[in-house]
Amino acid sequence: MSERSEFDVLVVGGGPAGIAAACCAAEATPRVAIVDDNPALGGQIWRDEPAPSTSQSAIWYQRLARLPVQIIAGTRAFAQAGPHILVAESEDGVCELAFRKLILATGARERFLPFPGWTLPNVMGAGGLQALARSGLTMRGKKIVVAGTGPLLLAAAAHLRQSGAEICLIAEQASRRHLIVFSVRLVCHSSKLQDALALRRELAGVPYLTSCWPAAAQGKEKLESVMLRRGAKTWSVDCDYLACGFHLVPNTELAALLGCGVEQGRVRVDDLQQTTVPDVHCAGEPTGIGGLELSLVEGQIAGHAAAGAPDAARGLFAKRKGLRRFAAGMDRAFALRPQLRSLPQADTLVCRCEDVPLGRLREHSSWRAAKLLTRCGMGPCQGRVCAPAVEFLLGWNVESVRPPVFPVRVESLTTTVTGAPPTLS
Amino acid sequence: MPDLVQMTINGVVVRVPRGSTVAAAVLLAGSSNLRRSVSGELRGPLCGMGICFECRVAIDGRQHVRSCQLLCREGMEVTIGV
Repeated sequence: MSERSEFDVLVVGGGPAGIAAACCAAEATPRVAIVDDNPALGGQIWRDEPAPSTSQSAIWYQRLARLPVQIIAGTRAFAQAGPHILVAESEDGVCELAFRKLILATGARERFLPFPGWTLPNVMGAGGLQALARSGLTMRGKKIVVAGTGPLLLAAAAHLRQSGAEICLIAEQASRRHLIVFSVRLVCHSSKLQDALALRRELAGVPYLTSCWPAAAQGKEKLESVMLRRGAKTWSVDCDYLACGFHLVPNTELAALLGCGVEQGRVRVDDLQQTTVPDVHCAGEPTGIGGLELSLVEGQIAGHAAAGAPDAARGLFAKRKGLRRFAAGMDRAFALRPQLRSLPQADTLVCRCEDVPLGRLREHSSWRAAKLLTRCGMGPCQGRVCAPAVEFLLGWNVESVRPPVFPVRVESLTTTVTGAPPTLS
Repeated sequence: MPDLVQMTINGVVVRVPRGSTVAAAVLLAGSSNLRRSVSGELRGPLCGMGICFECRVAIDGRQHVRSCQLLCREGMEVTIGV
């Protein structure tokens, strides 16, 4: 038998959007909880941040600490047990989380694109290596190439450098022209401009090459060097790690599982961040990649709305509008260039769970056919890594969500309060 | 003196700072690979945030645990490479 807890507002995801949502909800309604699969709150951006008490994260943590919000860490929601009930698994067992209102703040993951050698150990996501560096991995003296696209590359490089690594170079696939257009927009957002200038100072002396990308990762049992390409030129750089990510992909799986409308990879929401499913709100990156500020604003709107205070939410609409316009500019600036489609060779693995190379996928005409006949996307990650790559490489529409939304232990599927298994349809 | 946790990785005793994840501990102990893929390739962590499942290891006999989301505990027995 599992335990069941009941909440007025349940927030899934303890990053900035989830923290902001929980604070605003808890200021108006008594029983609020955050459930998150990581050992601690903060999401990826505030993970283990050594924050001065005046920092933005510290201010939100202090606000949260003053409120009676229950924190359920190390616990992953994976299915619905019935209307208004999620089932979640932790290391110790399974629990049911009943809610009156649900706020999905499930964040984003990095987009990975395949290129020869990308499965070698020590080729990681840019955010991935940063997360490991914040989880105890020492970077002192390590040589790192940072590559891919998006503002995360700069933030990751700056953090890794502060941790003692030598950043050999940053390879950004976007063109200088696109980035200049984007940087003009930065001027209109003073806090973002401050962040950008701070990053530039922290990365002084590190080469930042635009229109440049990794053509191959090389090494025997682990990464030894990276082959880079820029225009007609290719060259090799020796390094310990390649930190490589191609911007972010919204985590929409749980929303889709609950029946929420998802369009173009984003959870559809109305002005009050309500999804197409009654009593289910969504905030932050799942509604479209927009960064920290937009996540905080959307989280606050969702929190107010879920707690029955829509007027407080409306006061934030104008701020959200400006930040969404900025996010649209970011999407254009860091759009993937078509040349990246020719990076993987026929024998380059696309699905790392089932070791399916690109050549085998090309024998099929749809994601579904390829799944059935090659097992692409059928492994433990359930297509979270390969599906965004396949969408870009082959243009297939990916329908991938099924319960449980993460692989779970058998006992988690067979244990519930009522003794009946969770609804799996 | 930093606060250390003692554990084993494939039977070898290691000490890592408290608060480290198991994935970080394995890399700190000098192994870049945590497992073999279905076709036998060596693999290490990729996403660092519980999405990709490349860092899964056995912990105290329980298989398929994502090492990037689990903090090291005193006496933990970690098995990698299977």
